[in-house]
Amino acid sequence: MSLTVDNLKVWYRTLRGDVQALDGVTFSVADGELVGLAGESGCGKSTLGKSLIRLDARMRHVDGTVELDGKELPIGDDTAMNRFRFKEVSIIPQYAMSAMNPTRRIGRLVVELLESRGVRLAGVREELLRRLELVGLAPEVLDRYPIELSGGMRQRMVMVLSTLLNPSLLIADEVTSALDVSTQKAVAETLVDFRDRHYVKSTIFITHDLSLVYQIADSVIVMYAGRLAEKAPTDALVASPRHPYTRMLLAALPEVGVRYGTRRLAGIPGSPPSLLDPSRGCRFRDRCPLAFDKCATQPPFTEVAPDHHVACWKAS
Amino acid sequence: MRRYFGRKLLIYAVTFFVAVTVDWVIPRFMPGDPVQTMLARASLRPEASQAMQAYYTSVFGLDVPIWQQYLNFWGALLRGDLGVSIWLFPQPVTSVLLRAVPYTIALLVPAILLSWWTGNKFGAYAARRRWLDNTVLPAGYVLTATPYMWLGILLAWALGSVAGIFPIAGGYSFDTEPSWSWAFLGNLARHWFLPFASLFLVGFGGWAIGMRNMIIYELEADYAHYLAALGAPRRLVRRYAFRNALLPQLTGLALQLGVLVAGALVTEIVFSYPGLGYLILQAINNQDFFLIQGAFLFIITGVLLANFLVDVAYVLVDPRTRVGMRGGA
Amino acid sequence: MSVSDQEELAAATPAAAAATPATVGRARGRREALYFARRNGKLLVGLGVVLAFLVLAVVGPVINSHGPNEYVGPPAQRPSADWWFGTTMFGQDVFAQFVHGLRSTFLVGLLGGALAAVIGMVIGFTAGYRGGVADEGLNMLTNVVLVIPTLAVLLIIATYLKVRGVVPEAIFIGLFSWPWVARAIRAQTFSLASRDFVDLARLSGAGGAKIVFTEIAPNMSSYLFMTFILLFGGSVLTAATLDFIGLGPTDGMSLGLMMNNAVLWSALPLGMWWWFVPPGLGITMIVGALYIMNVGLDEVFNPKLREL
Repeated sequence: MSLTVDNLKVWYRTLRGDVQALDGVTFSVADGELVGLAGESGCGKSTLGKSLIRLDARMRHVDGTVELDGKELPIGDDTAMNRFRFKEVSIIPQYAMSAMNPTRRIGRLVVELLESRGVRLAGVREELLRRLELVGLAPEVLDRYPIELSGGMRQRMVMVLSTLLNPSLLIADEVTSALDVSTQKAVAETLVDFRDRHYVKSTIFITHDLSLVYQIADSVIVMYAGRLAEKAPTDALVASPRHPYTRMLLAALPEVGVRYGTRRLAGIPGSPPSLLDPSRGCRFRDRCPLAFDKCATQPPFTEVAPDHHVACWKAS
Repeated sequence: MRRYFGRKLLIYAVTFFVAVTVDWVIPRFMPGDPVQTMLARASLRPEASQAMQAYYTSVFGLDVPIWQQYLNFWGALLRGDLGVSIWLFPQPVTSVLLRAVPYTIALLVPAILLSWWTGNKFGAYAARRRWLDNTVLPAGYVLTATPYMWLGILLAWALGSVAGIFPIAGGYSFDTEPSWSWAFLGNLARHWFLPFASLFLVGFGGWAIGMRNMIIYELEADYAHYLAALGAPRRLVRRYAFRNALLPQLTGLALQLGVLVAGALVTEIVFSYPGLGYLILQAINNQDFFLIQGAFLFIITGVLLANFLVDVAYVLVDPRTRVGMRGGA
Repeated sequence: MSVSDQEELAAATPAAAAATPATVGRARGRREALYFARRNGKLLVGLGVVLAFLVLAVVGPVINSHGPNEYVGPPAQRPSADWWFGTTMFGQDVFAQFVHGLRSTFLVGLLGGALAAVIGMVIGFTAGYRGGVADEGLNMLTNVVLVIPTLAVLLIIATYLKVRGVVPEAIFIGLFSWPWVARAIRAQTFSLASRDFVDLARLSGAGGAKIVFTEIAPNMSSYLFMTFILLFGGSVLTAATLDFIGLGPTDGMSLGLMMNNAVLWSALPLGMWWWFVPPGLGITMIVGALYIMNVGLDEVFNPKLREL
């Protein structure tokens, strides 16, 4: 197994108490797998992505372990985690378009970053140029300032930079959210390409766009309110979703060619629960059409079919 | 970059024009005959009074239409003729001012440069350590809230009067003769130190606080988060943050120039230091309007020049302006 | 339009109660701000100091039986039970001078700061909201006034004016302290003016000034308040400097004038610290308290800065 996450709990400290953003998450990602991590805003997917590489000042590692290639990742310890960052675990952040220092030429930024991590430029220079060409950036980009590039170009540059040292795990945090559809396609395809060329081993692709996940992911994890709802290979999830939330999510996707007059879009009424002091039972209970009294206890994340995990009493 | 400098030079040109015009206009708004009022206030010997009368009339050109008076004023200005001092008659204003300017420059330039640089460095450093931050911050706010002349007074009293380490008056001891000897230079330095220190400290406090706030802001920027996520050591992130925070601090320097000059002027007054400030005080007390007007124009020119220098420095520090983009101010 | 299309349109129009969530949000924001305000040490201490001095400024001259310039005792006395701050070179009561000076300090600070705030806001909002030619022109004006050193101009003006009072001084200071305010407000107005709620207001037919007053300014209210505090402090400092040079009000007393007199009459070599320490200390404490208050306010209004 490439990445194993066991009962990971990461909470946010706030003045009003702890927000249990990630509350006992367990899953694993195989070597070379591209996993899509989907869910609505506030479900904890970004928190999960961030906690695998660098905890925010407000985040607290409460419980659980993370193992990468057999080694435990010291995610609670900022300094100890440093030797894994960039080299074994890397991230393409949500803010990729503003992730580069505006007053430094890009090439210089790359050199200084590499040298500060103990990597000589001479060793990676050719590879860098090759990858720039792969994503469609001219080598002259290195002489430019970030502001001279378009948003899409900056994003591609960050993608190249983040994966330059061939990390085992790449976290792509909402990399397509701010893009137009054609660029989304290009970026998604690039992620697959990186994996196919072994630039990265496993990828976690965080997004709220299920349709995009369907295009490129090998398997999908659906999160809700800080917990995993369902995990399955992509085709299995789309063909036979077991969790009511997943089913309603898929039903909410607009279908090409269908007009509002013919069939209305089904939404999921209600809103996610506050994670400040969440209930003990299943967190989807209040919005779930299938809820019954057993849902007062949290259903375990069980395997109901090969590689298909669900956290729902009705599904297992 | 040409657009950048072009715009700045235009502003300075307009400002100079406005300042000169204001300078010319104000005396004409005084009720009554300005020449007589001025002559009456200055008690002069009859011959001097005659000469002054003639001079004033020619300068104010009261026998000549208003627009011509204005042009004459500009003409004289561009020739370097700022009139004759009433108080120090018959010395021309320009030479009186030029004698005082070196002292002011000797105070201002080192004080500005040193306080800006060390203040920024210190503020950046203070942002790193909590305990330092908690002591530096209030101290900095107190320093920057201190009126320049009061700090000067305190220093003069504590280190000059009470401790006797430094002299508290004059540019050099009254009983020494100016020369190029080490002894004299040492004497100059001793008289220079307290006023310089006073200017330096107030400025230092302000820059330290400003930089500390800017650094905290920069350390929260996206590029700082990204670098940290990729495991870059703190010193690299801090280096970038510092470099970026210097830019608004440089802009702030330009904004503060007027205040700094005012501070230097009052500090000189406290120490009777023979610069422009002290000169202005004496001019005010002696009702020497030409000297005051001349000092005003000198100050304006100096401040505009300093602003221009800061603009040049900004272009050097912010690489984006060189590539043709507006990187800020 | 077919029935189903009409239904589509009806469902897509935002509810008219769009205003309510905003106002509810603002009310909650205010309550939250008050909660944090009461707990913020910097704000409380700063405010406390300023209020203490204000009380002294209002009450002091009243309880003091004599005026600041009266000769009431032997000259150059140290502080004692009779003369709390000692006496000047001429036997005037330094404490009386101090409290009278405080009054004029507060007056100048409030008036000058208020005037500068008003000018800065008018220019900033106009430039930011209208843009175009108005913006260019106001920008040039702002830049020119910005570059001109205040003291220099006030030097010229005050020299030619014979009678100078506290109010004219405050007006002069106010007339030259606004440029940075205008710039900052212009920048913020630019970004706010392009937001949706402003477009909504424009659609409902509100005029420019009304939009600025009801939509844009309230969104910046905390910033405007903090700006006023900074302007207050700045005015006090500028006035002290002017008074010190001798260009202050010709009548009355001020803290800067006290320092001027002290230096003029050799208080320094004579070691009459009680004459020059209180006025400077008063100014430093008031302005310092204002600055620290400002930092506290920033923390109260800006959730990111609140310490956990």
